[in-house]
Amino acid sequence: MKLQHTMTAVTVLAATLALIATGPRAEPAQDDQLVINGEEEVPTQAPAPAHLDGALGDTIYSGWLFRDPDTRAMQKDDFDNPMFLFVDAGIETWNTPDGTEGKSCADCHNAIEDSMKGVRAALPKVTEKGELWSLENFVNDCRTNRMGAEAWGWNSQEMKNMTAAIGLQSRGMPVAVAIDGEAAPFWEKGKEMYYTRYGQLEMSCANCHEDNYGNYIRSDHLSQGQINGFPLYRLKDQGAVSTHQRFVGCVRDTRGVPFEAGSQEFRELELYVASRGLGLPVETPAVRH
Amino acid sequence: MHRILALTIVVAGFGLPAMAEIAPEDVPWSEDGSVAESLTGTPGNPDEGKVIMTTNALGNCVACHAIEAMPDVPFQGDIAPQLDGAGDRWTEAQLRGIVIDAKRTFPESFMPGMYKVGPFIRPGVAYTAKPPEKPEDIKPILSAQQVEDVVAYLMTLSE
Ligand code: HEC
Ligand code: HEC
Ligand code: HEC
Repeated sequence: MKLQHTMTAVTVLAATLALIATGPRAEPAQDDQLVINGEEEVPTQAPAPAHLDGALGDTIYSGWLFRDPDTRAMQKDDFDNPMFLFVDAGIETWNTPDGTEGKSCADCHNAIEDSMKGVRAALPKVTEKGELWSLENFVNDCRTNRMGAEAWGWNSQEMKNMTAAIGLQSRGMPVAVAIDGEAAPFWEKGKEMYYTRYGQLEMSCANCHEDNYGNYIRSDHLSQGQINGFPLYRLKDQGAVSTHQRFVGCVRDTRGVPFEAGSQEFRELELYVASRGLGLPVETPAVRH
Repeated sequence: MHRILALTIVVAGFGLPAMAEIAPEDVPWSEDGSVAESLTGTPGNPDEGKVIMTTNALGNCVACHAIEAMPDVPFQGDIAPQLDGAGDRWTEAQLRGIVIDAKRTFPESFMPGMYKVGPFIRPGVAYTAKPPEKPEDIKPILSAQQVEDVVAYLMTLSE
């Protein structure tokens, strides 16, 4: 009798889940707005950049719109957003001397709110030496060449703390990477990667994030795979995730061999993916599940 | 376990060598992407097929396809056509071809080849993100008999 009860409950639960899963879909949330701390409105959609030539329709959408209401709510309040622990740690490091020169970031750059405003929105970019650099490269360049300190690992906690703290200074500013001039050859390579079908499952980024955004792959609601919120907090990992870390995960899931975080290839891909979000406001540090 | 036992008894009982399986490289394709010959010679088991189709680590067909005939399976995907009625729309040979390598039927298809070992771009060993040390490390997603089991289940999907 008891067993039968449980069985019925399980069946009902399964039926309910099935109902949820087959309900109306293909929608980014239309009835919610990202207003942070009750005051700062961050638009989560923008007109699609011209270079996409309609590949994503008229509008580009933040990944925030594809997450469930609870996850969306966490990003609306900096006290609920677990990334702010890391932002605080990053700001503390900003002010702390390190390395043989005994200098802190603040000694040269002063207040992070002023000197780093808008920096993240325009990265990756081509340096004077003609190399394509992500934010992590700039941070490590200062540490090794200007402070006499050790480089941080690309996906180390220290690095994510700092990129979150710097990224926050661009929150609300539209993604504005350059894709022409010296950046063009890197951008082209990134674009080619985006449409390459990797791994045993033979899937490209575009197969999931262009052809199928708004659809469900099993229980995952596919977004456009925008990177305007990185580094972000992933509830599933209970930690901060960098842009390249996410790329690694997505290629691995095709039964493929990803490129290394920080590699030339992933920086090119980062530039291209960033350009698919041109005009979309930076949301760093976002929350996802 | 049960199956292995049963098989052993059959083989022992009749003293027949099991028919050689067709390897992924040797699949006898027709022009239109269908495969008439069974990969194993052993009829597929539709009940096994159903389990394979709903198991993440196996076919995981429901990641993309909804199947109304399986109302108890939660979180069915909506990326690909609903599979109900597939047994009416396609012949067994066509379904076998679609499951082995759908790109032979639908060029550029999003559907992965389930009995295919290459050529791929940067294939890894399953979901380890590690490159294969030798070509044999890349195993087809489904075994030959699992393909037959799935085809047998698909053939039951008629409306
Ligand atoms: C000794 C002085 C000095 C220190 C210490 C220093 N930097 Fe820099 N940083 C510079 C200079 C100089 C540049 C180049 C500015 C330019 O080219 O416009 C720079 C550039 C950068 C940039 C790129 C800015 C842009 O607009 O592209 C970032 C990001 C950065 N630093 C972060 C940091 C961080 C984080 C730290 C501490 C870990 C740090 N820096 C420590 C001097 C310093
Ligand atoms: C098999 C489908 C699949 C493929 C192929 C794939 N992804 Fe993803 N990706 C996902 C899923 C599922 C998620 C989590 C839900 C979402 O945001 O779409 C995700 C999330 C992301 C995110 C995070 C978006 C956010 O707002 O949090 C980025 C960025 C991303 N993918 C980039 C890529 C890139 C770049 C590639 C190609 C190298 C790629 N993906 C290939 C399935 C895929
Ligand atoms: C990653 C997504 C994906 C997965 C996983 C997948 N399929 Fe498909 N399948 C598709 C798509 C997309 C099509 C539509 C054909 C095309 O590509 O134009 C398709 C088509 C089919 C068709 C023909 C459609 C029809 O008319 O009924 C059958 C049969 C089929 N798939 C069976 C399967 C089986 C069985 C599995 C699991 C072993 C499976 N699929 C796994 C994406 C998928």
